[in-house]
Amino acid sequence: MINNILLCGVGGQGTVLTSKLVAACAMEKGFSVMSAETIGMAQKGGSVFSFLRIAEGEQICTPMFGTGMADIIIAFEPAEAVRMLSYLRKDGTVIVNSRPVMPVTAALKASDYNGKEMLDYLSTKVGNLTVVDGDRICRELGSPRALNMILLGVAVKSGVLPFTTDDAVEAMKRSVKPQFIELNEKALRYEV
Amino acid sequence: MHKEFLMGNAAIARGAIAAGLNLICGYPGTPSTEVLETTAKNNDGTIYVEWSVNEKAAMEVGAGAAYSGARTMVTMKQVGLNVASDPLMSLEYIGVKGGMVIMVADDPGPISSQTEQDTRHFASFSKLPCFDPSTVQEAYDMIQEAFEFSEKYHTPVFFRPTTRVCHAYASIDVKDKEEYKENKPEGFIKDSSRWVIFPRLSYNAHMNIEERNAELSDIFSGYGRNAVIPATAAGCRKGIASHGISWTYVREVLRGKEAPALFKVSTPFPFPEKAAVNFLKDLDEVLCIEELDPVIERELVYVCGKYHLNTRIIGKLTGHVKTAGENTCDSVRGDIGFFMGWGLQDAELPDIELPDAQPELPVRPPVLCAGCPHRASFYAVKQAMKGQKTIFCGDIGCYTLGNAMPLDMVDTCLCMGAGVNIAQGVGRIDPDTKCFAFVGDSTFFASAITGAVNAVYNQADMTLIVLDNSTTAMTGHQPHPGTGRTMMGQVVDKVNIEAVLRGVGLTAVETVDPLQLDKAVDTVKRVAAEKGVKAIIFRSPCAVLIKPDKPAVIDPDKCIQCRKCINSLGCPGIIISDGSVTIDNSLCSGCGLCTQVCPVGAISCGKEAE
Repeated sequence: MINNILLCGVGGQGTVLTSKLVAACAMEKGFSVMSAETIGMAQKGGSVFSFLRIAEGEQICTPMFGTGMADIIIAFEPAEAVRMLSYLRKDGTVIVNSRPVMPVTAALKASDYNGKEMLDYLSTKVGNLTVVDGDRICRELGSPRALNMILLGVAVKSGVLPFTTDDAVEAMKRSVKPQFIELNEKALRYEV
Repeated sequence: MHKEFLMGNAAIARGAIAAGLNLICGYPGTPSTEVLETTAKNNDGTIYVEWSVNEKAAMEVGAGAAYSGARTMVTMKQVGLNVASDPLMSLEYIGVKGGMVIMVADDPGPISSQTEQDTRHFASFSKLPCFDPSTVQEAYDMIQEAFEFSEKYHTPVFFRPTTRVCHAYASIDVKDKEEYKENKPEGFIKDSSRWVIFPRLSYNAHMNIEERNAELSDIFSGYGRNAVIPATAAGCRKGIASHGISWTYVREVLRGKEAPALFKVSTPFPFPEKAAVNFLKDLDEVLCIEELDPVIERELVYVCGKYHLNTRIIGKLTGHVKTAGENTCDSVRGDIGFFMGWGLQDAELPDIELPDAQPELPVRPPVLCAGCPHRASFYAVKQAMKGQKTIFCGDIGCYTLGNAMPLDMVDTCLCMGAGVNIAQGVGRIDPDTKCFAFVGDSTFFASAITGAVNAVYNQADMTLIVLDNSTTAMTGHQPHPGTGRTMMGQVVDKVNIEAVLRGVGLTAVETVDPLQLDKAVDTVKRVAAEKGVKAIIFRSPCAVLIKPDKPAVIDPDKCIQCRKCINSLGCPGIIISDGSVTIDNSLCSGCGLCTQVCPVGAISCGKEAE
């Protein structure tokens, strides 16, 4: 069985780092991992994604997967979850941060994009949906940099990923600077 | 051997190091950049690493090292190869002593490039063998084999991954240090009959190259990475030929299914002809799944003609596969499903509801970062030249994004360094137009200096704007001659842009901080009014590299909601929240540009804001 994970958001939100941590956890458990992500021009405020595949042995032949194949979508922004929703398999899980990121184009058009209609749409389409108020939790934890670990923590607790919160905490400790360990551990263990 | 989770480009670098790499040079360009950066990071001091000033310089530095017996790699993106093509085309005739791999990353889509050009054509054009990896593990293993081939046949070879291989990550088997090959170059040995290109030498070399490539075609037919896999479906007389990342999509789509015959082409040039005949001989129909140009498809049509094989070859040339853009698992699933006559169920169409009534999604084109000094520079020129007939010739870099609304300050963009010359051409035909060319600091050194010389020599009338943020920002902040740092960690004298331009003979060279808006506007007005070739250097560091100042503050009592800040600057740090203009504190770097644009002084920065 192959675990297909899709992370999406807006350039600069930290999807790439999260994908690396998921990969590290899976490898620690002896799984093979492949991933593919957006690098380059689109990182400057564009829509970004990471495809991530985890399996035992040598089953994975490509880092990318097709529509209808993701077991879980971890979305850092509501509209980006909607944009990538066609990749979700039937009965798949969506974890979404509720805070919208307004693009310059929307500000110019004086659009009032606020993410609410995206969340409404997701709730009608996705059975296994968890909306995370990342902004509020970040304030509670005292740092806007905790968002990626909060979302990953929720994703791990959903049971779709092949490792536990403790595994994620251990992998995080090996990959971040010592001064950020405490914050990230709180974020990963946060009960939504 | 041990496992590591590596990006494709990192795997290429690590493989080259394991193969005994002595020298690597290149010019940054997505998706190739991380190969050289990873080598620098993993350099134990035995490898010479440089960002060259452009791809032509890199190719020539690499040639000199390879002449001297060094294992050498030169890295660039596909359009960079055009810049390096002059030395490249002659280098094949001269050949090399140390193994030389020319790592050129192609970019189907294109995702971050001007063109969808296919380096496999450059391989056959220059007559150089070409390796085309399909996975991260294969890239790691194949780059080592590429060095062996290069050295054995005394020829540079191409190594041509595409974006999805360069930027894929995988847990792969990598060698331990003890398993690395060591190469000790013996240095350059004089032999003018070998290293000096002359017509007579070239005639003989051409003969030898053609002979060698015929031999290599046979050898590549037995090369394990050019696989012919018989059909698993009983009695199936269909086949699929593919390469690179598309090959992995083909395998993904066929997982668990009865498959037709398969042909994986890992060396598009010289084409493994005998392997192709072996693949084609019992087949009625073959589908070619390729990215960029139909290289394999044309080769197979040729092989069918040459060997009188009655196999129908379909793909891009027959309209069965789309001719542009990258392939995906979905597109390949569709192409194979159609070819194999699968029903909808077999084609495994996504089992989800179609997205009906999906709300309109915000469009997110890439934009200049909040606090980017280029925004200020473009705005200053726009304000200064308001009402005059102008042309703003852009160039390649972050500042190409100055084309977006509301700045709308890029009228042309062609290739690296083109803007300064295009401005001259426009001025010749339309002398009333005030001609401007914008070029970044790295691009200036890479290929705009000759344009400045051309302008001065030919008495052009134009203003060159150098957007100097003291880094190569678009590709991830590589150093360049103006930064005074090298990839070997040295701190060296900076090449001074003003001194270069004065030395060339420009009539005026002025430097100004674009974030001091009034001063910047005045400078542009004054300099642009003069005749001749003038330059303004807008110098301010890349916003990503400096510690942000405190975010700007909008005084709600003063703000009249006119949105001039948004409508004139398009800064992602200024948003509308609950109907009001608001600063996004997570993005704003406190550059202060908007405070100078606000007509009622409602925005403040730094001490004022407190």
